[in-house]
Amino acid sequence: MTVGQLWTALLTLTRKEASRVLRIWPQTLVPPVVTTSLYFVIFGSLIGSRIGSMGGRQYMDFIVPGLVMMAVITNSYANVSSSFFSAKFQRNVEEMLVSPMPSAIILLGYVLGGVLRGLAVGVVVAIVALLFSNVTVVNWPLSIVMMLGTSVLFSLAGFFNALFARTFDDISIIPTFVLTPLTYLGGVFFSITLLPDFWQSIARINPILYMIDGFRLGVLGTSDIDVRLSIVVVLTFITVMFVADLVLLKRGYRLRS
Amino acid sequence: MNKALSIRGLRKTYHNGVEALKGIDLEVDAGDFFALLGPNGAGKSTTIGVVVSLINKTAGSVKVFGVDIDQDFSRAKSLIAVVPQEFNFNMFEKVEQIILNQAGYYGIPRTQARSRCERFLRQLGLWEKRHDVARELSGGMKRRLMIARALVHQPKLLILDEPTAGVDIELRASMWTFLRQINAEGVTIILTTHYLEEAENLCRNIAIINHGELVEHTNMQQLLHRLQHQTVILDLATPQTALPEVTQWQWVLTDPETLEVEVDRTIGLSPVFSTLEHHHIRVLSMRNKSNRLETLFLGLVGSNVKNNNKEEV
Ligand SMILES: Nc1ncnc2c1ncn2[C@@H]1O[C@H](COP(=O)(O)OP(=O)(O)O)[C@@H](O)[C@H]1O
Ligand SMILES: [Mg+2]
Repeated sequence: MTVGQLWTALLTLTRKEASRVLRIWPQTLVPPVVTTSLYFVIFGSLIGSRIGSMGGRQYMDFIVPGLVMMAVITNSYANVSSSFFSAKFQRNVEEMLVSPMPSAIILLGYVLGGVLRGLAVGVVVAIVALLFSNVTVVNWPLSIVMMLGTSVLFSLAGFFNALFARTFDDISIIPTFVLTPLTYLGGVFFSITLLPDFWQSIARINPILYMIDGFRLGVLGTSDIDVRLSIVVVLTFITVMFVADLVLLKRGYRLRS
Repeated sequence: MNKALSIRGLRKTYHNGVEALKGIDLEVDAGDFFALLGPNGAGKSTTIGVVVSLINKTAGSVKVFGVDIDQDFSRAKSLIAVVPQEFNFNMFEKVEQIILNQAGYYGIPRTQARSRCERFLRQLGLWEKRHDVARELSGGMKRRLMIARALVHQPKLLILDEPTAGVDIELRASMWTFLRQINAEGVTIILTTHYLEEAENLCRNIAIINHGELVEHTNMQQLLHRLQHQTVILDLATPQTALPEVTQWQWVLTDPETLEVEVDRTIGLSPVFSTLEHHHIRVLSMRNKSNRLETLFLGLVGSNVKNNNKEEV
């Protein structure tokens, strides 16, 4: 295919993914707004007022970056895993497999779809957050890089999950039993400096910690970890996931018999 | 002559150990209307799956208009289109969207895709349904949607896997007309079917596959001729040197005491025997010349009845 044709193919797939997000907006865009509002009301207003400050900030302000990241992570992941798995399940993935569109474009198209939804929800949650707190972003470039990188990474991870999945259960197991716990333990609601030394070093194994911390540095200007390390972690995971996805997709793993 | 498809030594063993293809050699001329006929489970869909890259082959080679799928898969894919046996579109997407997306995957710009989409949807009687969600279409419409989708990138080779299974007679006839027209415009067509009638109506050449092996690879006329005729072998009581002149059937002495007779089924054997009797040639015994094809077809007819009940769409 020529560059122009590749571009058309990528545009088509991305547009399709984007319109899917909008078509099923009650499932994709509304729930995050409801859950985050609840978090703000309960943790921020009701409980937060008793906690006082965290990481040198009002508790309400402290949790804003973590909640935005949580929304980005879950939605990027869910979008790609459910969209690609349902293409497998309904077999319309064959439309792409028989076409000359290269595997890399297929992967990229789905990732862009995941990023669109991740960022859309992230922005919506951030807007909701402004109603409850008075956070102003300290470092826009860093915030954007962390948010975008995290969204790309979890879109790739969602794709990986969908490649392996044989049933719809298979795409809900990882988010429920791995992603959610890791996100909670990744410092959405607390600074890891509160943990005893031993548990702090355990917590540092969790990659999500680095993403939330890096983003928090961008938004609030405070962090527990060297930001360069956070960026390295995100880039490394993106590279590993991208290669893994691409190799499996090219081989037609669980796609071609 | 230029080959649209050339398959050599194709083998496929599935993960579960089923040997679906046991070394297939198949050639289809450019411009042909070709039938791949065989009973259920013969390996038709597997063959097609390999050609269109939905199934990984175990061994062998496949060339599409001279392009080896192992060397330039992308180019080979852009020449082929497939209408699979099972529906494989997103049921929640709109008819028009399904076709435009497919065009996009082939790198066709949106404006060009729109005009082709309109043309094929109109030709296939789906234009009024373009804003409907695929799930809401009838079985026959869904199948026509897959045909429109397959044509949108203007393939040179169109492969249809049992396109009329479960489609009612009226619709089947209009689909046949449409396919003939596409073929007349220069598109090579291969279709699989287990209805001999369908192959007979549409196709010039035919291959018959059974248990993962090609049983026949011939043209339609020859095949029909052979199915229409039966051959019997007669052992004669006395050696003969010459035979009476006949016009209604053909016969030949394979040796002085053995007579091979090929006769149209509608004529039957009675006139043969009366002629022999008239010339005082006595027959000791008679046997059928074994005919694999015939046995297979009896099987095909039998399985058709079953399938008609099963394959409601
Ligand atoms: N995905 C698969 N895994 C294992 N066996 C399969 C698979 N698909 C088809 N088969 C087997 O391969 C053989 C050929 O099947 P198929 O090509 O679908 O036949 P046809 O299309 O002629 O009915 C059958 O025995 C079938 O059960
Ligand atoms: Mg089949």
